[in-house]
Amino acid sequence: MDFFILSLIKAAIIAFVLLTTLAYLQWIERKVIAHIQLRVGPYRVGPHGLLQPLADVVKLITKEGVIPSHVNKVFYLMAPFLAVTLALISIAVIPFGPQITIGPVTTWMQLTDLNIGILFVLAVSSVGVYGVALGGWASNNKYALLGGLRSSAQMISYELPLALAVASPLLLANTLSFRDMVNYQSGYWLGFIPRWNVWPEILGFVVFMIAGFAETNRVPFDLPEAENELVAGFHVEYSSMKFAAFFMAEYANMVTVTSVATLLFLGGWQPPFPEPYSDFVPILVFAAGSLVALYHGLHPARRMDRFTLPATALLFLGIAALFGVSFLVPVLKTILMALFWFCGKVGILLFVFIWVRATLPRFRYDQLMRFAWIFLFPLAMVNLLLTGLIVALSSK
Amino acid sequence: MPTSVPISWYLILSAILFGLGVAGFIYRRNIITVFMSIELMLNAVNLTFITFSYTLKQVDGHIFSFFVMVVAAAEAAVGLAIILTVFKNRETLMIDDVSSMKY
Amino acid sequence: MTALIFFVFAGIAVFCGISLVAQTHPIASALSLIGVMGSLAILYLQLGGEFIAAAQVIVYAGAIMVLFVFVIMLLNAGAEGASLQVSNFAKYVGILLLAAFLGLISFAIQAMLPKTEGVVFGAFQGGTALNIGRKLFTVYLLPFEVTSVLILIAILGAMVLARKEI
Repeated sequence: MDFFILSLIKAAIIAFVLLTTLAYLQWIERKVIAHIQLRVGPYRVGPHGLLQPLADVVKLITKEGVIPSHVNKVFYLMAPFLAVTLALISIAVIPFGPQITIGPVTTWMQLTDLNIGILFVLAVSSVGVYGVALGGWASNNKYALLGGLRSSAQMISYELPLALAVASPLLLANTLSFRDMVNYQSGYWLGFIPRWNVWPEILGFVVFMIAGFAETNRVPFDLPEAENELVAGFHVEYSSMKFAAFFMAEYANMVTVTSVATLLFLGGWQPPFPEPYSDFVPILVFAAGSLVALYHGLHPARRMDRFTLPATALLFLGIAALFGVSFLVPVLKTILMALFWFCGKVGILLFVFIWVRATLPRFRYDQLMRFAWIFLFPLAMVNLLLTGLIVALSSK
Repeated sequence: MPTSVPISWYLILSAILFGLGVAGFIYRRNIITVFMSIELMLNAVNLTFITFSYTLKQVDGHIFSFFVMVVAAAEAAVGLAIILTVFKNRETLMIDDVSSMKY
Repeated sequence: MTALIFFVFAGIAVFCGISLVAQTHPIASALSLIGVMGSLAILYLQLGGEFIAAAQVIVYAGAIMVLFVFVIMLLNAGAEGASLQVSNFAKYVGILLLAAFLGLISFAIQAMLPKTEGVVFGAFQGGTALNIGRKLFTVYLLPFEVTSVLILIAILGAMVLARKEI
């Protein structure tokens, strides 16, 4: 009974945080792409467009949900449901931090730890192909069918380099569970270089990120859902909440891919340099952020910034103070530090995703498939063979 | 409701699924559905292997099941390629129409 | 708890199996087969086969069935026509005989196995990837290598058969 209640609480926290993150990830993406393109992005709805996701959600909910007449109703309604369920389910095995003890309860910052955790994530992403394929087929529309078939063929083609790139850190760490994988990456070489898997496996990390771009249908691999080439691809006949479901599924897949990359290659929640020095990094980062905001608030570019920028500076100062106060409460310090480093690494990888979207043009479909089968898959296999050779030679 | 499930129930489930697979294989006329009934039969056999592996507390049943999966994958690939060729030549997916070699 | 999970997922498996045989549209049959495979994966987890459960979902439900779904979409297979050439008498008597046969088999199986032990989740800890890897690469190395040759033959065969004739 105790276990069930604890799991329910953890599931509620994770679900709430995840859904809010997905909504605001869209805001971050729009702002970052806008600033890269030298414009402002969403600005009017709330200060600096912060209420834009809320406005989008309200719009999508209240929009008329049109079901076209000749679609196959069962599969048409099932496809977005399947896509979003499978995208959200793989967050269950992602650990956010180490073991913590709150009062009488000792638990890990993870919903559940399977000893086949990595296979679980791969399995869920394999079955996630059906949401896209069924959505494209059930729409009774040739553009949707073409987009759906192309997208699912792309997803299953890039699952191979993804799985092989995942297998190399597995060979090093000798375990399939995420918790043990992060524990394997603890410690430092020469006292200050972290034992992350990315140093020996840099090729595997690059292959994983590229395959991750393709798995989540992001630029430069987003031809199947491109707006100018294929009339928005497999979700052309979907409106209101069903379209929002596909959208949410794409962002949730992005979060899953970056979280798995962080756990497998970048050391999870562990800081990049040893403990006593790395504790001050969050305080310094947020204090520096608040100083920058204050400086810009003194010479604001727009009239509204006279109020919002000092408010942001105050908020950052408050967070820095929170990190400082947590030194007195060890449990809070563990939670906050682990969350800071994990979310920092995942945030940097998500920023790379968004940065690439704003920068690169998209691949043509045959270039995409050729890249997977002729370049990326042999590269991933070579990486795995090299890793196997090194592990076999070094364990003698 | 007993707290632990007797082993024979898993085997009965496997027998039911196998029987359904045979029924689909005999009754249906669409060649792809016939193929899927074959896959259902293979899945039922996998369940039997894993059940007996649990009974004998050895992992060999899992390995047999793994090989069955791999062979099913190879068979599905080649079989679907054959179906595509048949469709290209006969323009039909009903097995009753592919009977030109009958007496 | 074990019995509850068993009944729920065995029920889903049998329901999806009947739906596979009874549905007219091939896509509905394909989705029913995916339902069968998913519920069988849960039953494998209950029997301690965690690696096989993951392999079932990745290989069977995630790759083989995607192949089936692709072929159905590519060939634009529609719902089957209503003219079954099996007479009604044969169909009903067939279903009755199938049910009787399955009942006989169930009785025989139940009489044969010892009733004392049941399936307890967690009683068999040997289904890990470590154990399977050990056995696969030492005792069953020859079937493993032969299977990889088999897959190579299958790839070549599929490529040759599905090629566009120039």
